[in-house]
Amino acid sequence: MKIPSPAGWAESSGRTVSWWLLGPGLLWMGLLFFVPLCLVVVISFAGRGTYGGIVWSFSLTNYLDLLHPLYARILGQSILMAAGTTLLCLIMGFPLAYYIARAAPGRQRIWLLLVMIPFWTNFLVRTYAWMFILRTEGLLNTLLLKLGLIAAPIELLYSNTAVVIGLVYGYLPFMVLPLYVALERMDRTLVEAAWDLYATRWAVFWRIILPLTRPGVIAGCLLVFIPSLGAFLTPDLLGGARSMMIGNLIQHEFLVARDWPLGAAISCVLMLCVVGMMSWSLRTAKPLSQREHES
Amino acid sequence: MKEAGGWLWRLSLANLLFLYGPIAVLIFFSFNASRLSATWQGWSLQWYRTLWANQALLAAAANSLWVATVSTLLALMLGVCLAVGLEGLSGRRQRQIEQAMLIPLVIPEVMMGVSLLLFFVLMQVPLSLTTVILGHALFNVPVVMIIVRARLRKLDPRLLEVAADLGASYWDALRHVTIPLLRPAILGAGLMAFTISLDDFIVTFFTAGPGATTLPLKVYSMIKSGMSPEINALSALFVISSMGLIGLSLLLQRR
Repeated sequence: MKIPSPAGWAESSGRTVSWWLLGPGLLWMGLLFFVPLCLVVVISFAGRGTYGGIVWSFSLTNYLDLLHPLYARILGQSILMAAGTTLLCLIMGFPLAYYIARAAPGRQRIWLLLVMIPFWTNFLVRTYAWMFILRTEGLLNTLLLKLGLIAAPIELLYSNTAVVIGLVYGYLPFMVLPLYVALERMDRTLVEAAWDLYATRWAVFWRIILPLTRPGVIAGCLLVFIPSLGAFLTPDLLGGARSMMIGNLIQHEFLVARDWPLGAAISCVLMLCVVGMMSWSLRTAKPLSQREHES
Repeated sequence: MKEAGGWLWRLSLANLLFLYGPIAVLIFFSFNASRLSATWQGWSLQWYRTLWANQALLAAAANSLWVATVSTLLALMLGVCLAVGLEGLSGRRQRQIEQAMLIPLVIPEVMMGVSLLLFFVLMQVPLSLTTVILGHALFNVPVVMIIVRARLRKLDPRLLEVAADLGASYWDALRHVTIPLLRPAILGAGLMAFTISLDDFIVTFFTAGPGATTLPLKVYSMIKSGMSPEINALSALFVISSMGLIGLSLLLQRR
């Protein structure tokens, strides 16, 4: 609903009212979101006091500390696990999104709703569900033992695998929705043309469908990768001591070790990763036609 | 790709099974009579009864409801004003503000929690339920804004023109034309924000002071101190209430 300017109100009256309406919200978001984020950046350069306080000084010590193998391993492992999660979500989500995009409109709505509903159930509960299934006395082990497939319970919980399962479970809907949007918009005659020209199934997928849905693929990957990289609850509940991720490290530095400047520096690294990924994807996610125009 | 229809359908079904299986199993075992939660020993409602008798849990639930109510009202006020106010800006400004508002939704929640914690401590605001409310209102403002703006775009621009022709001021037109038309969207957004607030763990975890325990925080500490069928029962209640609220919200948004 655009404001009708010529026949209606003077441009300025609408403008003034609008800014009055925007004021409180912008102030709110600025004060509670952008200011705290800036504070994190500032403190990441500060020093740590003897009793865990902040010493206002400027140094790069916190960032240099992150190069320590202990921290570097957690950072690297987080990136690997997030990437693995993203790939698994893509492999699992693509057929589902493709199926939904080709279904009749009424069916599409039902399937989309079905994909969304688990997303709207509490994340804590969904993670707990996997603890219930995977733990040593859990459902899976009980079943496997009863069926005689294993002699003794196997250790499934508290591992990287468990964390990745939990992450895939949590973020699969984020992958399916953008993929669905892209597949739904795809010009299907191009796929038919490829069939008519005797393309193999693989060729149709790799050379027609995938390039055409590229923006959706990138958006989906981003929506899964970012929260996976910053995950806290999933590795906390499903992962063991060796499956720590960046989110847990941040929480540990802030609430347990009480080294706030170091925690802030880790947060800044995470923030940089997120911002970097986003700006990279915004550049590459443009449809092919648009990119050709630019070059 | 006609011949591929069969396996696509089967794969999609497998996906749904993956998404729903764990939740279904969790709810199913909340009715288990056995304390050993993975072996079935008949139906029972005893775990729901122990929940009802747990005073600490009820107190946490009351906290959660209070936080969700106040933070939703705050987020609604600010979010609706933002959505309506954005309509009066030029296209470029509008996009800039909209994009900035999306950032809180895409950054990892841990960062929001940590930065709020840092902010409150440095500003010497004691952590309490109030700080939790502020945190929840923070991530819910963009949610409300997006839902209300989606509805605004669908409204007929001629309605405002009519109001202008009839001599209404811009402010009057907003009050008597736009806002009433937005009512279903506002209600839907409110329900959505309420549910997100009820469910939130991470921001709450970082911004809650001692004694300010919400239901998810309580569930977390229960999980950490060991598995019990009570958690299954509580989870089942969570699933049912979230689904009900979200279902209602989606229904309102579609109208």
